[in-house]
Amino acid sequence: MMSDLDLVLYTKTGLGDGQQSSNPWLQEFPDPITRVTWDNYLTVSYEDAERLGLENYNVSNGALNGSYVNLSNDNSTIKVPVIIQPGQTPGTVGLSLGYGKTQAMSEEMNVGVNAYRFYDDFKRVHKVTLTKVKGDHEFACIQLHNTMMGRDEIIKETSYEEFIEEDKSVWNPTVMVSKNHIETKVTSKEVDIWREFDRSTGHHFNLSIDLNKCNGCGACVIACHAENNVPVVGKEEVRKSRDMHWIRIDRYYSSQDTIRGDVEAKDEASGFREYRATQTKLEKASANPQVVFQPISCMHCNHAPCETVCPVAATSHGREGQNQMAYNRCVGTRYCANNCPYKVRRFNWFQYSDNDEFDYNMNNDLGKMAINPDVNVRSRGVMEKCSLCIQMTQKVKLDAKKEGRRVRDGEFKTACSESCDDNAMVFGDINDRDSEILKVKDGDRTYRVLESIGTKPNVIYQVKIRNSKKI
Amino acid sequence: MSSHYEAPVRKPLVLGDKSYGDISNDIARPVETPPNTDWWIAFSIAMVAFLWGLGCMAYTIGTGIGTWGLNKTVGWAWDITNFVWWVGIGHAGTLISAVLLLFRQKWRMGINRSAEAMTIFSVIQAGLFPIIHMGRPWLAYWLFPIPNQFGSLWVNFNSPLLWDVFAISTYLTVSLVFWWTGLLPDFAMIRDRAVEPWRKKIYSLLSFGWSGRAKDWQRFEEVSLVLAGLATPLVLSVHTIVSFDFATSVIPGWHTTIFPPYFVAGAIFSGFAMVQTLLIIMRKVSRLESYITIQHIEMMNIVIMITGSIVGCAYITELFIAWYSGVEYEQYAFLNRATGPYWWAYFLMMSCNVVSPQIMWVKKIRTNIIVSFVISIVVNVGMWFERFVIIVTSLHRDYLPSSWTMFSPTFIDIGIFIGTIGFFFVLFLLYARSFPVVAQAEIKSILKSSGENYKKLRDK
Repeated sequence: MMSDLDLVLYTKTGLGDGQQSSNPWLQEFPDPITRVTWDNYLTVSYEDAERLGLENYNVSNGALNGSYVNLSNDNSTIKVPVIIQPGQTPGTVGLSLGYGKTQAMSEEMNVGVNAYRFYDDFKRVHKVTLTKVKGDHEFACIQLHNTMMGRDEIIKETSYEEFIEEDKSVWNPTVMVSKNHIETKVTSKEVDIWREFDRSTGHHFNLSIDLNKCNGCGACVIACHAENNVPVVGKEEVRKSRDMHWIRIDRYYSSQDTIRGDVEAKDEASGFREYRATQTKLEKASANPQVVFQPISCMHCNHAPCETVCPVAATSHGREGQNQMAYNRCVGTRYCANNCPYKVRRFNWFQYSDNDEFDYNMNNDLGKMAINPDVNVRSRGVMEKCSLCIQMTQKVKLDAKKEGRRVRDGEFKTACSESCDDNAMVFGDINDRDSEILKVKDGDRTYRVLESIGTKPNVIYQVKIRNSKKI
Repeated sequence: MSSHYEAPVRKPLVLGDKSYGDISNDIARPVETPPNTDWWIAFSIAMVAFLWGLGCMAYTIGTGIGTWGLNKTVGWAWDITNFVWWVGIGHAGTLISAVLLLFRQKWRMGINRSAEAMTIFSVIQAGLFPIIHMGRPWLAYWLFPIPNQFGSLWVNFNSPLLWDVFAISTYLTVSLVFWWTGLLPDFAMIRDRAVEPWRKKIYSLLSFGWSGRAKDWQRFEEVSLVLAGLATPLVLSVHTIVSFDFATSVIPGWHTTIFPPYFVAGAIFSGFAMVQTLLIIMRKVSRLESYITIQHIEMMNIVIMITGSIVGCAYITELFIAWYSGVEYEQYAFLNRATGPYWWAYFLMMSCNVVSPQIMWVKKIRTNIIVSFVISIVVNVGMWFERFVIIVTSLHRDYLPSSWTMFSPTFIDIGIFIGTIGFFFVLFLLYARSFPVVAQAEIKSILKSSGENYKKLRDK
């Protein structure tokens, strides 16, 4: 038992104060920090968790479980599951409001605990006591591994100082791969085994995501849900790692004090024993980590690994740079998803629409009002993924054609780029010489995720710059 | 009679004082007598397992692949593990019948019929998985390049899955034709002995009107050689192509150029182990000890030992190359295989496949029936885990750690696997009571050169 802890009650980015808690999109929206869906929970520091013997652990299918505690003050006691939160100050605990509503909620939507019972008169913190109780809670967390393992090809970042003073080649060098033991630029024709598509005419779409601007709010995730009829699958299925989000926001903690520290630790390890020890250590997030966000959707690779492996050519390359899915051609071998280095493909494990087992928005007349008529609803057994909102780009083209004019820059949008308040996402046609996307793409901060594989994605990223002397 | 001469140092391949008539009697006996209680018990168990599996397949097709334990990161697990496992088992048959025929290895004659039967039955099991693992299996015919009215839609010839379709269907066809060709004179033998008219009728049909004339025999020999020539490259190609499913991908742990030879060796390894399992039982229950001798068992153990060692070399080469490549994802994939959450699967694979066959260096052990039987089972357990290790441990932690997760089978996954084992044994048990399980016509051709009694006569 621990008493005299400071409880901070907060509202989650997704569910807010809970007025819309019967909205399945918001329930299935992963919290930007913990990435847990369909729940609220007590966030506890490493130190306090250890003192109370609280645990978070993964079961055999990877799903996350957490200990329960009784959270009590003078008036009430509730049983809450625990998430051990890197970065949480010892002596404090956090619990989000907005959950635990039982009235006017369908049974499967009835999740979480009501934290309002602890809310007292606009106080910033509330004194509470924690007692560990028996049993484990089954979370539906969509990110089960929290660190980047020192893999510097995923998120690139630099310090403000370095960014100002040094050349691009220092903080965003061109990726090199080895060919016959000669270091060769990954952009060079030498190391490219595929023929290029002719990109000289027509549109060629690129989406740029600025990691410096992204704050992980997740508006893009919900916008994509709404625009593309992405199914909500419910807590049990999310727990089985079967979330359907076409865009997700990965969140990584550092394992050392800094993200760059992880990369250095990985690079410096020599010999098998040290390598193994370092890798094991890198799996655990630091108690006080640096945090980075990275929105990941289909990368629309110009050399897409998914396209070559589909036996029925259900996924193939679009004229405008997209990697396209022909749903009604897909037979569902899932080979494409296995071969996707970014793991962005989502399979319809069940029939999610018109199915009592999935009583969310696709099973009743009212919920179906939210279905976008410009996008089809996928049936079971087919693969789906981000289309770069092809229904939106087609509409822009057709409108311009009807009006007998060229498409203006800024007209092309995707649901995610449109919803991004911070303007972290820029979408457009790189064949338009005056477009914003072309300027962004040719900028120094541009890089591509896992560039060394040679997938040549059409979704590009901008290096994150930390406002610090060193990182 | 040079063809009837064999060096005295060679051990006889047919034991006991057998005449041509005795061979006919021995091989026809299981077909002509009703099965005993043991057969019925075994058949009932196999049938129950088969029906159980059929139920699980029907449930999967009716409800969705979600009834399995797969997820967004691990898109294949038991389905493709079972597929590769069964295809691998199917390799011994063709190797024994085709490659050993070309190399004039006469010891193959005692085992080739059952080995080929095993091949065909296991390829049937293997063929089930690519179909039922599809999200929409009713559209499986789209994998064939059939002219259609969907516009200009065609299959994707770049896809290794499509190569699989061709490889497996070719293999099944050639194996079946080869098997049946060899069966013709033996079916005719049973036909000629048959008393009941219905039995005569059935075996006449099965023997395609074999007449036993010299011309028949000449054609039989020629077509056997031609088919052996066709089948030999298949021994190498089928599992090579199956390995391309992994080798041509970009996933660390899959993207490996060593896969084709490594998979072929592994396939022969597991195939011989399965032949061993089946024949050790069959020679006992069908009283075929004179034709499937300790020498046959020893030969197969030697093949198991050699291919097991090749596979072991491949495992170690993989580890070396992961380190030597300097690719961090590759290095982590192999670290994770050996020491990650699925270390126990890797350990089982290593101990069953690499360590256990090494005891076959000792002659006493490789001629011991009980040990051979146990090792043959251990090897196939190990080979199942090899495919599980390759598929699941590579997928569950690939490039982006944010997607890392685990896999756990549901009872449907398990039910389907058990069901295919049941189906396999249903077929094999039926075969054992209705087919001539030893190539008696071929055995007769070596009786005077390799039969124990004739050898003794010559020694005098």
